[in-house]
Amino acid sequence: MAGKSQKESVADELFNVEFVDRDELTPWDRVLLARDKERPYALDYINGIFDEFMELHGDRAFGDDGAIVGGIASIDGKYVTVIGQQKGRSIKQNIKRNFGMPSPEGYRKAIRLMKQAEKFHRPIICFVDTPGAFCGMEAEERGQGQAIANNLYEMSSLETPVLSIVIGEGGSGGALAMAVANEVWMLENSMYSVLSPEGFASILWKDGDRTAQAAEMMKCTSKELEKLQIVDKVIDEPKPADVKDMESLNFVLKQEIINFLKRYEKITPKQAAEERYERFRRF
Amino acid sequence: MLKENFKKTQTASKGIKRVRTSKPAKDKNSDKIHIPDGLFKKCPNCNEIVFVEDVVDNSHICPVCGYYFKLMARARISMVVDKGSFEEWDTNLLTEDPLCFPGYYKKLEKVQSVTDLDEAVITGKCTIRGYETCIGVMSSDFLMGSMGSVVGEKITRLFEKATDKNLPVILFCCSGGARMQEGTISLMQMAKTSQAVKRHSEAGLLYISFLTDPTTGGVTASFAMLGDVILAEPEALIGFAGPRVIEQTIKQKLPEGFQRAEFLVKHGFVDRIVKRKGIRKSLAYLLASAGYNKKGDE
Ligand SMILES: [Zn+2]
Repeated sequence: MAGKSQKESVADELFNVEFVDRDELTPWDRVLLARDKERPYALDYINGIFDEFMELHGDRAFGDDGAIVGGIASIDGKYVTVIGQQKGRSIKQNIKRNFGMPSPEGYRKAIRLMKQAEKFHRPIICFVDTPGAFCGMEAEERGQGQAIANNLYEMSSLETPVLSIVIGEGGSGGALAMAVANEVWMLENSMYSVLSPEGFASILWKDGDRTAQAAEMMKCTSKELEKLQIVDKVIDEPKPADVKDMESLNFVLKQEIINFLKRYEKITPKQAAEERYERFRRF
Repeated sequence: MLKENFKKTQTASKGIKRVRTSKPAKDKNSDKIHIPDGLFKKCPNCNEIVFVEDVVDNSHICPVCGYYFKLMARARISMVVDKGSFEEWDTNLLTEDPLCFPGYYKKLEKVQSVTDLDEAVITGKCTIRGYETCIGVMSSDFLMGSMGSVVGEKITRLFEKATDKNLPVILFCCSGGARMQEGTISLMQMAKTSQAVKRHSEAGLLYISFLTDPTTGGVTASFAMLGDVILAEPEALIGFAGPRVIEQTIKQKLPEGFQRAEFLVKHGFVDRIVKRKGIRKSLAYLLASAGYNKKGDE
């Protein structure tokens, strides 16, 4: 598969090719799939997987960031706190969602909901999908660095199980701020990296167009990160995830999440925090 | 070499004035002319040639215009700690090369020999005006102070050892961000260090984060912003995104002073600015105020 421009729907392209062998997808193909507009976003999964979902808003300090959604959901007769980084498909949605690039108030909302989950003994499930934390002036003025740092700091000792699933783009610190989890999973065609292939290429070769080569080098795909033990589980995508046809993917994810919750029922909240600490101490 | 230096004496001697104006530096990168280390160096702000000895005695501040020379880790340590009190830790950790990044080890070796550092941070234990404390100092001359697996590990161990020994931590931060050569492993260092800071804090111990020019990226978004007290040097650039990235994003020039230490104080993210000459005094005051006792004389 050759690299394609970002504007086309990569998944559609792939559906038209009958005999795509998944193993032949290049890292850059997978990066494009991770960013594809037809790919399901956080709310698509939340609505598809959980039986109920009540959204809760605001960071209690400045505002409500549309790039992060969160609330209380139920699954298999249990309540969980769900938080997701949310992109938009239309221009109007993307103004609201800021293209999935969270501002400090988004991260502060996320940690507020996580502390709330800890208080009421609810496990936490995060859906990670961001090109990165927002790089604007307002974000700096309101302490983007501090907001992310504080999430890493507080998440490390949460006394409740945390699961993070990278569903699309796992863009750097902006993604990690929702991925200090007991288990980190990735969908097969998602990515997780310290900077974008564009950024990597422009720093390394002063040429932001050598993205395919950069993606090759960066080891940012799910399979490579599983080998490096940065990721615990890869969720197969027999066909690239598509918002128009998510039923079987949602079914698999639902079963996996239920199994995760069952596994962690046997562990005390303190043990969950200890286990998470050890997980990240290894690196 | 010596001749060369003396030649510079001739041209420069009349320029050496021992007046210090309080006017701070405007453009720190305006000059690239390199004058070899030795007796003299050129101030990048006022272009005067000044005695290195005078600069060192003056807390690495230009005696002519007040410009803050960039301080590399070892110079910072000798400026801040009590003489002879520094004990260095964890100097031979092995760097990971998870991406098999071409030339990474070679580059490391080269930087190591040029800088007299094993990595972009020095860690250890010292006393400051008699107060015993763990200390870490990052160095911007080592791959821009970027955080890879060894930097993350040294800082994590610093906090772990401090927790074991019931000691405070003072960390001089300075970094361009994550080390791209180590890929997603370098990203994980943000989580690893932050959780070690948390355990240190839960043990009731003091952490003073001291931000120096520049502190950006993954370091800002982890331990740099997690101090009980956060201090900064005047005019230090401090931010998550670098100014160039922001300018590209918003397609306009940033205002003067944006992301400088004074800006962070104004917006509530830094406790106070500390000038170089006041560093030891401020740190000793904070250590005393947190209940630590003097170990010996300074
Ligand atoms: Zn000067």
